[in-house]
Amino acid sequence: MIKIIRAGRLNSVQDIGRSHFRHLGICQSGALDRTALSIANMLVGNPPEAAAIEFTLGPCELRFTSDCRIALGGADFGATLDERPLSRWWSVQARNGQTLRLNAALHGMRSYLAVAGGFNSALQLGSRSTDLQAGFGGHAGRTLTEGDSLSVGELNVPDAAVHAAPSFGVRAPSWYEADDSEPMPIRVIPGPEYDSFTVAAHRAFWNETWTLTPQSNRMGFRLSGPELKIKKGNDLLSHGVLPGVIQVPPAGQPIVLMADAQTTGGYPKIGVVIGADLARLAQLRFNRTLQFVECDAVQAREALRRDNLYLQQIEAAMHWLRPARK
Amino acid sequence: MTQPVIQALGESALILNTGSSATLEHQQRLWAIAAQAAQWPHVRDIVPGMNNLTILFDPLAADPQQLEERLQEAWDTAAVSQKTGRKIDIPVVYGGDSGPDLEEVARHTGLAPAEIVKRHTATEYIVYFIGFQPGFPYLGGLDPKLATPRRSEPRVIVPAGSVGIGGSQTGIYPAASPGGWQLIGHSALQLFDPNENPPTLLQPGDRVRFVASEVIL
Repeated sequence: MIKIIRAGRLNSVQDIGRSHFRHLGICQSGALDRTALSIANMLVGNPPEAAAIEFTLGPCELRFTSDCRIALGGADFGATLDERPLSRWWSVQARNGQTLRLNAALHGMRSYLAVAGGFNSALQLGSRSTDLQAGFGGHAGRTLTEGDSLSVGELNVPDAAVHAAPSFGVRAPSWYEADDSEPMPIRVIPGPEYDSFTVAAHRAFWNETWTLTPQSNRMGFRLSGPELKIKKGNDLLSHGVLPGVIQVPPAGQPIVLMADAQTTGGYPKIGVVIGADLARLAQLRFNRTLQFVECDAVQAREALRRDNLYLQQIEAAMHWLRPARK
Repeated sequence: MTQPVIQALGESALILNTGSSATLEHQQRLWAIAAQAAQWPHVRDIVPGMNNLTILFDPLAADPQQLEERLQEAWDTAAVSQKTGRKIDIPVVYGGDSGPDLEEVARHTGLAPAEIVKRHTATEYIVYFIGFQPGFPYLGGLDPKLATPRRSEPRVIVPAGSVGIGGSQTGIYPAASPGGWQLIGHSALQLFDPNENPPTLLQPGDRVRFVASEVIL
């Protein structure tokens, strides 16, 4: 068990997200940085899609009320376990009574705490993710608050194999160490309404840098930059949207839809951020910049394949941690 | 019959678009395709919109070219779904605190509040699709005389169960949220329960009737 002693403002239980229910208006939810979630999970012997805590804002503090194998992935929150620095991407044994503290994020925006066995909040509509808008899933359908107790699922391997393992870690994908004073390159496939925008808008979209505004949240990342103008009125009938879609409302400032985005929308779609780049976008800090880089679906799939290969290598290396897995 | 346009939406989705003017016939055809596409391998989600359909698939397992061909073929061969959805009555308390904008709709339309209730309850509406939030129905069939522009200042919180008119549309908010529609009534019916299967009361294709359980004038 884990007890929340001090909660940051936006911390919630998230797994890989919810699918198969979009036709009923039910959004995807799930970790914004799926790569960090997956790695943290694998480091403790979990399947990559298991439920973890997504931390967005510190500082926060939690206490382990039983022994657990833990790992942190994602942003650097200057974490400590009983006052001793706890590295990211490290699998360690936390003991009953120990305190994990996360300070303000030093680099990146979101950190994931995985525990061996995963957090076993109720499976609702196929996922343990918190749907913050509709208020269900995860821990009581809401962000974590002081005093909450989260229970940990059962291990699918003998406890001893997990608990006796020494501390170890992996190297994270290089973008976690990127210099965030430089614009972050984000690959985009032009969207269905790309040709409705003016030539000047096209030029600005690819060549200018875009700043992530603090009005951004888990539903959408709002960007500020030059106004993107549309050639003619483009009244679209409502249609399905998904995370990564870049909508341009009439004011001309793009919004990148993220995991909690509504299922349908009506604004013109100038592009779609490729799946492989959503994780790094999730770590962009407010008021930092990004630059869009054009690519196509073949390159997008190749990028996803490469990321998956890296995850598979970690999973293969973790096999000794869960030898009984069938 | 007009040919639909199929467009890629990133590397993991396709949109089938039937054109710019919404028709019930197109929508019925899309429901039939949605039912088929749900069975195709590597398809994760199918989202009917207003006269369009989006399918989301696993980009590493599916062949998008093949999916596009299947979508096109499904459009060419799908019969207009003659099967009508379930009939669902929605009890509504109109006016008073339950419908704070009934007066405003009366002012805009020039109809008496009682006449608005009469017309709003006279129609059988069709759920074209569900979007915006879990269980929120986009209904076709509002009496054109009842069309009223959205409020100039959206409410910060529209209570769950509110029945409203936004332009030429009408609908029900399943959950409390910000919103700009003119609220004419309130229903106590629960439209979304994550523990039920299916989790939403309404589904695309269902036929809905509003029934006045009380009118406060």
